[in-house]
Amino acid sequence: MLILVAFYLFAAITIASAVMVVAARNPVHSVLFLILAFFSAAGLFMLAGAEFIAMILVIVYVGAVAVLFLFVVMMLDIDIAELRQGVLEYVPLGGLIGVIMLIELGMVLGVWAFAPEAASAIASPAAAGVQNTVALGRVIYSDYIYVFQACGLVLLVAMIGAIVLTLRERPGVRRQSIAKQVARRRADGVELKDVKPGQGL
Amino acid sequence: MLLYDTLKDWLGNEWAWLISQAVSILLLIVVLLVMIAYILLADRKIWAAVQLRRGPNVVGAFGLLQSFADLFKFALKEAVIPAGANKVVFLLAPMITVTLALGAWAVVPMADGWVIADINVGILYIFAVSSLGVYGIIMGGWASNSKYPFLGALRSAAQMVSYEVSIGFVLITVLLWAGSLNLSEIVHQQALHGWNVFSILFPMFIIFFISALAETNRPPFDLPEAESELVAGYQVEYSSTPYLLFMLGEYVNIVLMCAMTTILFLGGWLPPLNIEIFNAVPGIVWFVIKVWIVFFMFAMVKAIVPRYRYDQLMRLGWKVFLPISLLWVVLVAGYLVSTGNFPVVGAS
Repeated sequence: MLILVAFYLFAAITIASAVMVVAARNPVHSVLFLILAFFSAAGLFMLAGAEFIAMILVIVYVGAVAVLFLFVVMMLDIDIAELRQGVLEYVPLGGLIGVIMLIELGMVLGVWAFAPEAASAIASPAAAGVQNTVALGRVIYSDYIYVFQACGLVLLVAMIGAIVLTLRERPGVRRQSIAKQVARRRADGVELKDVKPGQGL
Repeated sequence: MLLYDTLKDWLGNEWAWLISQAVSILLLIVVLLVMIAYILLADRKIWAAVQLRRGPNVVGAFGLLQSFADLFKFALKEAVIPAGANKVVFLLAPMITVTLALGAWAVVPMADGWVIADINVGILYIFAVSSLGVYGIIMGGWASNSKYPFLGALRSAAQMVSYEVSIGFVLITVLLWAGSLNLSEIVHQQALHGWNVFSILFPMFIIFFISALAETNRPPFDLPEAESELVAGYQVEYSSTPYLLFMLGEYVNIVLMCAMTTILFLGGWLPPLNIEIFNAVPGIVWFVIKVWIVFFMFAMVKAIVPRYRYDQLMRLGWKVFLPISLLWVVLVAGYLVSTGNFPVVGAS
């Protein structure tokens, strides 16, 4: 019964905060509701017994991605009244997209059935008594290691590409070289002069 | 759990579980908060001693009741909310900070079996909850609607996100070494192989300690609240109870980091030597002693190390700790595989 209560609590919070993401007037509030939605979704994963996914969801999405999101939104200078002006223009288009997606979802869910061979595929990895962190590790790092590495390679290339595209070498900028600073000795910078009285340097 | 067994006959499984959990959580929080009161006092006393001052010595003998006096002062004062502040978020921020800080303690094993939730992904849970801690600060800084808090919050967020990366890699080396993500299991492994600090993981201990200082905004990394430049960072607009909650959350996090250092590297509740006399002492005593020793190091660092500049802080995190800890992940994994000690999956 407790699990049921927890499920409905998390589910209600997830849906309510997802609605508030769209409905909130202040964009920062929207992002905060988005974070709440992520968080309660993690709670739902937890109840489903997928504790590893739940933790990764919190660490990656809530702890890292949403922080950057919040950063950007906070620093934008947003005029809420101006933002609200154009909303009504887009209602028909947005409504149309929503209806199409709803129909598609209905079509998918209406004819949902497990393929006959799927049952055996599902039953194979999760042996009894194996934690799902271990099961996931086995699937990703043992069974599909090459595919996983290929994904990593694609991401690496994308990352390097992004860096190369935005990197620009600006001439005339003085950069700090820590090694140089640390290697500097007193003798390099200070010279003692014995100045005779009345002569100056 | 003794309480659970006695209640089970009366109320059935679920209610007995609920009540016994609630009682143990309450007990943990009370003990933790009393300990924090004295940790706070110790912090000030150590700081004072280094500077040849006496520190708080008026309230109670040797100032032992100082923290409680502070508590009453904070709780009884008027909470001022700035007119331009976003009220809900402004008040929510300190609550989030303190809730998350206390929530992380759910998986910390204080002695063999003394843990509220002995979950298999304990290390990830701690990591997840501590990565959420940044929200309290960002929300507080933004909702105050003023310049200094906002700048402080931005600094703090950047700092915490940066150091989380190296803490993550340190955690990976430890869990590779122990072969488990369960905190109790990590301590059990140290009973067999000796404390992690005396193994190949020693450099990780140092990195973890320094990253923990940065993660909890302790000096020398207390840039978010650098008084000389930002007044008090994200806390500028806070007063009375909301401020108390922020400070409480900060200290709960500090003690949590001390506890994590103890569990991951110093053998948790294990006695220093496997001798009869030491083994007779309950594990919780060793655990608390170790936490206090780690905290003493925290306090000494606060007293004797000058504050870092912001670019130095970022350089240390990204250009020194990140490569070293990444290298160590490779090294530890390589060592374990080459010696055939790599933890066998699902063997435990």
